[in-house]
Amino acid sequence: MTISFLLLAAITIIGTAAAMSLKNAVHCVLALTLGLVGLAALYLQLGAQFIGLTQILVYVGAVAILAVFAIMMTRNRNQETASTESGSFRLSGTLTALLLFAVLAWAIFTGISPQALGGAQPEASVHEVGVALMQRFVLPLEIIGVLLTAALIGAGVLAIEEKEGNQ
Amino acid sequence: MSPLSGYLLLSAVLFSIGLSGALTRRNAIIVLIGIELMLNAANLNFIAFWHYSPHPEMLTGVMFVIFSIGIAAAEAAVGLSIIVAVYRHFRTTDLDKISFLKG
Repeated sequence: MTISFLLLAAITIIGTAAAMSLKNAVHCVLALTLGLVGLAALYLQLGAQFIGLTQILVYVGAVAILAVFAIMMTRNRNQETASTESGSFRLSGTLTALLLFAVLAWAIFTGISPQALGGAQPEASVHEVGVALMQRFVLPLEIIGVLLTAALIGAGVLAIEEKEGNQ
Repeated sequence: MSPLSGYLLLSAVLFSIGLSGALTRRNAIIVLIGIELMLNAANLNFIAFWHYSPHPEMLTGVMFVIFSIGIAAAEAAVGLSIIVAVYRHFRTTDLDKISFLKG
């Protein structure tokens, strides 16, 4: 429970909470990038170099930009403000999330045995991760390549402009 | 409180924030972002358990997170293009107004 962990956790929670509560969708995405940068720093603190850098590249670099583009392409002039959420709907959603958090927190505080904690500080350097990806995990790597290709083609087909005739 | 439970608690907070956003917001893009947040909470759990595991040199948690991030990226791309296609039909991304399947 170090100072750096508390600081990064605060940045992450503030960023993500703002991303889920701000009115303007673009502000939401900007707050989300802050939260994801905090999360990437937490990964780096845990010794997972490659994951932290990938987090920044994929989420802050690609997913956030993609979301901003989607917001820009789906913006309605007469619909700037989001529709007013009904109070009961918002209350039930928040209550569900709070209940889930209570259950998870209870499980965390009752379920972890302290002797499982090792004192070592493991490091997953980029070199080790690359060697493992090319040896033990080469089949999943190939499969995810196929999946990403299919997703690329599918996203292009879905987003392509429809013809006038089959509208 | 051990360091591991600190990370797990942060992950639970992130998951709850993402869930509340996905349940309460009506903009489809923000709902998708909430789902991404829940995936990220799961990734933080994997990394935390890997860091405090008895055999971290096996790199299992790290590998799981790499593939999870890849699938999340594919999901975000397909999801956002579906939202763009839906917008082209309905001229809105408000989930309350897209109700053609409602009886």
